[in-house]
Amino acid sequence: MKTGPATATNGQPTRPTRGLEELDASSRDLTLHNGARASVPVPEGKEAKISTEDLRVYFGKTRVLHGVNLAVVKGAVTAIIGPSGCGKSTYLRCLNRMHEITPGARVEGRILLDDQDIHGSWIDPVLVRRRVGMVFQKPNPFPTMSIRENVLAGITLNGLRATDTDGVVERRLRQVALWDEVKDNLGRSGSSLSGGQQQRLCIARALALEPEVLLMDEPCSALDPIATARVEELIHELKESYTIVIVTHNMQQAGRVADYTAFFYMGELVEFDRTDVIFTQPKESRTEDYITGRFG
Amino acid sequence: MNNYRYRRLIDLSIRGACIAAVVIAIVPLVLVLTYVTVQGLSGLNLDFFTQLPKPVGETGGGMANAIVGTLEIVALASAIGVPIGILAGVYLSEFGNNRLGKSVRFAADVMSGVPSITVGLFVYGIIVLRTRQFSAWAGAVALAVLMLPTVTRTSEELLRLVPDSLREAALGLGVPRWRATLKVVLRTAAPGIATGVMLAVARVAGETAPLLFTAFGNRFWSASINQPTASLPVQIYTYAVSPYDEWHRQAWTAALVLVVLVLLLNVSARWALHQRVRAS
Amino acid sequence: MDTLHSRLGPLRRSGRHGGDALFKGLTAAFAVLIIALLADMAFEMARTSRLSLAHFGWQFIRSTNWDPVRDQFGALPFIYGTVVSSLLALVLAVPISLGASIWLSEFAPGWLKTPIAFLIELLAAVPSVVYGLWGIFVLCPLLRNVVEPLLGKMFGSLPLFQGARQGFGMLAGGIILAIMITPTITSVSREVMKAVPNVLREGSFALGATRAEVVRMAVLPFARSGLVGAVILGLGRALGETMAITMVIGNRSEISASLFSPSYTMASVIANEFTEATGDLYLAALAEIGLLLFAVTVALNIVARLLVWRVARSPV
Repeated sequence: MKTGPATATNGQPTRPTRGLEELDASSRDLTLHNGARASVPVPEGKEAKISTEDLRVYFGKTRVLHGVNLAVVKGAVTAIIGPSGCGKSTYLRCLNRMHEITPGARVEGRILLDDQDIHGSWIDPVLVRRRVGMVFQKPNPFPTMSIRENVLAGITLNGLRATDTDGVVERRLRQVALWDEVKDNLGRSGSSLSGGQQQRLCIARALALEPEVLLMDEPCSALDPIATARVEELIHELKESYTIVIVTHNMQQAGRVADYTAFFYMGELVEFDRTDVIFTQPKESRTEDYITGRFG
Repeated sequence: MNNYRYRRLIDLSIRGACIAAVVIAIVPLVLVLTYVTVQGLSGLNLDFFTQLPKPVGETGGGMANAIVGTLEIVALASAIGVPIGILAGVYLSEFGNNRLGKSVRFAADVMSGVPSITVGLFVYGIIVLRTRQFSAWAGAVALAVLMLPTVTRTSEELLRLVPDSLREAALGLGVPRWRATLKVVLRTAAPGIATGVMLAVARVAGETAPLLFTAFGNRFWSASINQPTASLPVQIYTYAVSPYDEWHRQAWTAALVLVVLVLLLNVSARWALHQRVRAS
Repeated sequence: MDTLHSRLGPLRRSGRHGGDALFKGLTAAFAVLIIALLADMAFEMARTSRLSLAHFGWQFIRSTNWDPVRDQFGALPFIYGTVVSSLLALVLAVPISLGASIWLSEFAPGWLKTPIAFLIELLAAVPSVVYGLWGIFVLCPLLRNVVEPLLGKMFGSLPLFQGARQGFGMLAGGIILAIMITPTITSVSREVMKAVPNVLREGSFALGATRAEVVRMAVLPFARSGLVGAVILGLGRALGETMAITMVIGNRSEISASLFSPSYTMASVIANEFTEATGDLYLAALAEIGLLLFAVTVALNIVARLLVWRVARSPV
């Protein structure tokens, strides 16, 4: 057990992130901005794709994340749960620097993608986003583009060249199990599809750029149960080849799709562990309260 | 009960007065359009579109040069005014939530109220005086200045209607901001902006005052855009205030052509917008 | 898929944000161009009229003597003609526009709203010179032969309706302007009334008010400053309107109490004389009239926009 010692943020003492007691094999030790020591636990035998170290996020003068140390395991699904306003979406958006489009947003600490700090001043956020793709809460296919063009959007909009575009379209649509439904209507507008189909189209669009990581910000909250089930199935299949981080307010969903779950509360990472552990034997009372529905 | 009946009477008479106001407001439109159609049709023939104006005293002739001149000046004006207006609109909607944006917005609104004749004077000062030449492109600049505020504000409004989720989608695909704006945001708003542009073009196509001392006029074909150029509105004015009956007839026909041109642009733009609003 | 950037390798790139900064700068430049144009208009017109400003001073707007041959320039008749014709236009257009906009926003059945509003907007789409043409050949003869004799008979004792009946004159100018500013005032007023919250209307209805009473008690008080703004916008348009009024007002620089007699407006004198003006002072004097017109309309527009913005956040 190598969970970091108690850290003090902004003068107020915070409890250490709990979890991974048994799993922790190769945690990375680090020194926080206030001089305290901490570590980012990585499950045994696993590799961190992204790790955030002492991540603090500000909107203007308000701090909304108070030093998050978390490793996103490579080739697995990590769910981020927590009550609304706990900072889970903000955390997710920092992972590909999408927070930057919010005026006044500012990040301190480090976010390492394969050991490279993506917030370094010499890093182009645009390139980060090509490696770390994103799927949004509301399906947002480009309404002026056909289904086909939507799949290829990341390639064409970036001015990249792909040799076999038909192949890309078919492969990506098959990958999201949309091919059979739309293969005869690839020229139709993307917005003519149903909500669930649109969301799968958006996932295909993100995959076409061959990202290494896929961030999903409550991807099913605008979908009906059947469409939700299909997207969840899809997530299962995708984790073979991608690292996925999914924000959800639906704990059942986290239980169904995620290998690891992180519980955020009031801008802090309270607990991180294997999903089954979080849901059966949480170590923190706040986690337990939340997953048993006592608040949030 | 009497009190109620009295109030009811007042209500009815106010409604009546309002309906009367609507009718009075619309009567001139009907009258003008009827007269222009009836009077204009009598002089409408192929010559009108293919011939140059004839000297006083001779009958026949047409306004081919003025028709071409108007199209030329308006096309030039659009080429100048539309891109500037749209890009300024892009600034206002995408980056304009600051003091500069506010000032630009205000300046555009104020500018849309500046009399067209003073715009003519302005362009006379900055172009005609310097080039020592009335020219089609001086006229085009004047019209461009006139359409600029409308195009800017319409573009801004329509770009604002593009949902942020599309901006995020593009940025999330690793598309740089400028590409996302041009290829996604602008493209999504394009049909609406096209409507706005058409309305602005229709408005300036009928403008006379700003052309009087910029494009001036020409009884013949203009060899280039650096020469005085005839335009339908100016020609209508010149002919209308002349003492010759033949010219008056031609002025009516020219007015018919101009009105058809302008209203066609205007109505089709509105119709397109209406269809789109219904479709969405 | 190797053609794609499958493995991007290092995330750095040399010209980082270059495109974005350039794009923002470019659009900002065009946005600033609008402010610059407005400022340059003022500057340019002041420059062209420098000579006249220096030569005549305040006398320019007090003198009625406009004599290009002797290089004497006083703009009072034009100012008078502009102001009176515009006020006349307001007197005619405001009740009609307000009535029409009230009907459109409060009384009209849904299916009639759009077509009627559309027709009124078409009124604004007809080019000014076409109204002028119609004015010369239809309106002015009608005034001369029917309306002016009638007015003379009924109100002949008033100086307003005395004098030779020529058709071309202040009355014709006022009517033409009224026709042209009606759509402006109507559409802005309608916009303003649309912005009146429905709860205000419902409150009055709940008290048993008739529709007309709702308009008087709830709609008009709330919309008042916006409506004033609409009228001022109309006034601004009337002051600067050129072609139509030039064609019907008679273009004689005299000040007469009668609405029947010809007059001259600031915009008209520029339109008529600018290209023929010989002599620097003459040109400068005309430019100064333009400057005055510009200054007044800009001031009116600023006031009107502020008033309208206060009620309806949506810009008009």
